Amino acid sequence: MASRFARELTPGQKRVTPGSVVADLAILAWFVFSLFPLVWMVLLALKNDAQQTSTYFQFSPTLANFGTVLSQRGEDLTSVDFGHALLTSVLNCAGAVLVSLVVGIPAAYAAGRWKFRGSEDLMFQMLSFRFAPELMVIVPLFVIYNTLGIFDTKLGMVWVLQLVTMPLVVWILRSYFTDLAPELEQAALLDGYTRTRAFLTVALPLVRPGIAAAALLAFIFAWNNYLFPLILTDSAATTVTVAVTKYLGGGGQAYYNLTAAAALLGALPPLVLALTIQRYLVRGLSFGAVKA
Amino acid sequence: MRPYLLSVPAVLLIIGILYAFFYGVYYTVLNYAATNPSPSFVGIDNYRSVLGDALFWRSAGTTLLYAVAATGLETVLGVAIALLLNRSTLIGKTFERLLILPLMIAPVIAGVIWKLMFNPQFGVLNHVLGLGSTFDWLSKDRALASTILVDVWIYTPFVAILVLAGIRSLPREPFEASDVDGASWFYMFRRLMLPMMWPYILVAVIFRFMDCLKVFDAVYVLTAGGPGVTTTTLQIGAFEDSITNLNYSRGSTYMFLLWIIVFITARYLVSVLGKAQRRAAGAGA
Repeated sequence: MASRFARELTPGQKRVTPGSVVADLAILAWFVFSLFPLVWMVLLALKNDAQQTSTYFQFSPTLANFGTVLSQRGEDLTSVDFGHALLTSVLNCAGAVLVSLVVGIPAAYAAGRWKFRGSEDLMFQMLSFRFAPELMVIVPLFVIYNTLGIFDTKLGMVWVLQLVTMPLVVWILRSYFTDLAPELEQAALLDGYTRTRAFLTVALPLVRPGIAAAALLAFIFAWNNYLFPLILTDSAATTVTVAVTKYLGGGGQAYYNLTAAAALLGALPPLVLALTIQRYLVRGLSFGAVKA
Repeated sequence: MRPYLLSVPAVLLIIGILYAFFYGVYYTVLNYAATNPSPSFVGIDNYRSVLGDALFWRSAGTTLLYAVAATGLETVLGVAIALLLNRSTLIGKTFERLLILPLMIAPVIAGVIWKLMFNPQFGVLNHVLGLGSTFDWLSKDRALASTILVDVWIYTPFVAILVLAGIRSLPREPFEASDVDGASWFYMFRRLMLPMMWPYILVAVIFRFMDCLKVFDAVYVLTAGGPGVTTTTLQIGAFEDSITNLNYSRGSTYMFLLWIIVFITARYLVSVLGKAQRRAAGAGA
């Protein structure tokens, strides 16, 4: 007779026991706690101005808040152009991911294929970017950006978001390249392929899922960053995360429903992307240290 | 030669950032502030001032408390959730995909969401929990606990999915063998599962602890460090010095000291992880 542990590790039929009921209730309790705030945001975003301060669950829903948030221009309510911020976020993050892939893939391949002098130090240096407090570089960057004239520009944001996206891309892809059997490329070399051609036609296509996952996860991380756009942009290149917080201050008046609508719009792209790459998330979130 | 060449573009980008970093370190020996645009060299004066400041040590204490409490709670809850989801019952299967949702939202947006819910008059929490309109989640005594609660809401899924991935990669044979020997659930959990799971748990703990040391986004939105200085963490303290008060040198000194703490902790934890992974690999072979 298999033990509970062995059974739990084996897919198949489960018996209902008092213990399993308690376990089900516990997991249900977590999901109530975990999902309630999101459900509440959806409800709040669907309420009109008169209903927004009520904490009841019955009301007549309206989509007007999303329209208001997306059509607001400078002088209205919160002085936030949210539609513009959404578009800027997309461009900033796409740019950062693109550059990260172009410089990150060769570096990840080098680090995954060869152990060379300083390779481990280089990798650790990148990992330390992941953990470094952002403010350490933000103040000098603010000065440098003003000198170079790239303060509040998308170019400036793309460059600084590298700090977020490149370590992620390099670390994740390194683990994919390490797992790839070197014999595959060696076979191609024996067939007369050049090293570059072997990489491009053999190695690269095989890690495509890894590249897609790393790119999307890097996009999410860049999207979610707050401190860099907060300090290094003003309005032209400002992002969703900065724009959302402006609704809390809303010109002395409270716009709970608009705040909720903005929060949802800002949270939706990463949520959708995350659900599409769920299979690869573990490896990505742990920088390739945990392979699932 | 080739591996060096392939890394050149990445290294160049890193150098760009390192330039800013060393610039920041340079600020720590100047008296650079908005009120003093032509700074001069002051040696270790900033370090003396920051290290002699009670607020710095208070912020360091707050940060450590936050990091230990949040990481501890998230680890215990995350492991529990992973064990529960691993039972793969209908409920678990239904919700597993939704587990990561809070984790994927920007922490600052999560802060906004909880700020709306925490509101004593119009927030939904006091209504649902029957606490009335006088219970203030972000009051002096409760603010730190409330920010930790939000951290737990965001990041427990991170620990849970890493540990769940670990559990699913475990070999079944040791469990079946010890089952034949009549071992109890608790014995198997303690003697088999935990040791084999240790590298996975350690990765989660390292990532959470390091990120907590530099926590900013959600806490800043929820409390901006207040009321008073009750939730002023090191990065929030540095933000106030360099951005709010425009004292760049002092803020940079704050950050550089935090960076040193983070760097040493990271080096140490990564070496511990390396050993744990080698031991686990050896045990598995």
